[in-house]
Amino acid sequence: MVVSSISRKKPSLYNALAKSQNPKFLVFACSDSRVSPSHILNFQPGEAFEIRNIANMVPLFDKTQHSGAGAAMEYPITKLNVENILVIGHSRCGGIKALMSIEDDAAPNKSVFIENWVKIGTSAKNKIKEEFKDLSFEEQCTHCEKEAVNVTLGNLLSYPFVRERVEKGKLALRGAHYDFVDGTFELWELDVKTTPAFAFS
Amino acid sequence: MAPTFGKCFTFCCAKTSPEGDEMATESYEAAIKGLNDLLSKKTDLGNVAAEKIKVLTQELKELDSSNNDAVERIKSGFTHFKTEKYLKNDALFSDLAKGQSPKFLVFACSDSRVCPSHILNFQPGEAFVVRNIANMVPPFDQKRHSGVGAAVEYAVVHLKVENIVVIGHSCCGGIKGLMSIEDDAAPTQSDFIENWVKIGAPARNKIKEENQDLSYDDQCNKCEKEAVNVSLGNLLSYPFVRAAVVKNTLAIRGAHYNFVKGTFDLWELDFKTTPAYAFS
Repeated sequence: MVVSSISRKKPSLYNALAKSQNPKFLVFACSDSRVSPSHILNFQPGEAFEIRNIANMVPLFDKTQHSGAGAAMEYPITKLNVENILVIGHSRCGGIKALMSIEDDAAPNKSVFIENWVKIGTSAKNKIKEEFKDLSFEEQCTHCEKEAVNVTLGNLLSYPFVRERVEKGKLALRGAHYDFVDGTFELWELDVKTTPAFAFS
Repeated sequence: MAPTFGKCFTFCCAKTSPEGDEMATESYEAAIKGLNDLLSKKTDLGNVAAEKIKVLTQELKELDSSNNDAVERIKSGFTHFKTEKYLKNDALFSDLAKGQSPKFLVFACSDSRVCPSHILNFQPGEAFVVRNIANMVPPFDQKRHSGVGAAVEYAVVHLKVENIVVIGHSCCGGIKGLMSIEDDAAPTQSDFIENWVKIGAPARNKIKEENQDLSYDDQCNKCEKEAVNVSLGNLLSYPFVRAAVVKNTLAIRGAHYNFVKGTFDLWELDFKTTPAYAFS
């Protein structure tokens, strides 16, 4: 089977990419079939290093339980020197719905893996359930889709190689939410800075 | 360090947060005052300060333009998608808003050059995609590999995909990392990468043994394909995958995309039980 039209139409791009990649973006997106970043942000080959998993989550730094997520960040950040991390949540996310459906965190899981994974976003669920008690379950899920992105952005800072670069201004962290029901895309930034230290004497 | 969330954009309108700007101005002014106070006392530091300020100014210019570039790139990318795909395919996106029923679960590397939407022209709704370093599927492990497990469980049990395809590729940095590990027992040089790619260790061992005469690059190329086979085997360690394969409701395939040559190899994993013997 031979790759068709695109590579024949852009030989110089593909020749360059055959030698190396130099993406500016590291993108976390959900595995959902409807939210490929290549479609929704029109990323071309070479532009974005992509990690796709259930509910676009990044767990806290954990060499034992989360080597996959750690490896997928360590490589683009320390070897490819990406300049931007973008975490994209989305509407009607099954993973977030599963998270919001967990009534009792201590109860045994009904699934083999799913609940343990989506529980990465537990602090988002708790915050939404408390602040938006009067909203419908679906509206709460929408809020949780965005709040879980914020939890992930925070978790990113638990990786020393992320923290160092963010502090030096070499790496920007952004969150986003793609709503395919309304056709909208929200983007926000995580500002991380140290305020001048006080020196007491 | 107190992270704050600022500068929220909703395309097509952009909003900025003024509070962040005021705080930034105050800390900048305090810093400049501190510098002026120091230089008025130590005038010999003037030249040093001037050089450092030039470097800082240049860095800030680059940072500003790269931040603006990134936001512009994201904005123009979404605008392109919305006008060329989303608004032109109303029926498709109306259906997708209600639910997804992809026929494929695809494992692909996170490498920026190998997105399945490009190389296999998957449209929205067609493929549930997992992307990680070197497109690995680890063996069933509820403690150490819940991420991949969750994705496989959701796709196979809930979405009931009919096909799993694991796609390896040329010039894979993860496989190169795997092949570079000379001694499995030695301490790792990375925090995570080596521990992750060691999922493919059986592939590396096999290739190194059977192809001792090949160049390192040729060995890596073979390992890219053999590691796909290791992943295919690991898929069978998930009971829900095994059950679906045995019932013939799920097919498992491996593939290798070579972007140097522009080729795509595809193969199947044949899994069958032979008739059992009944001894009496």
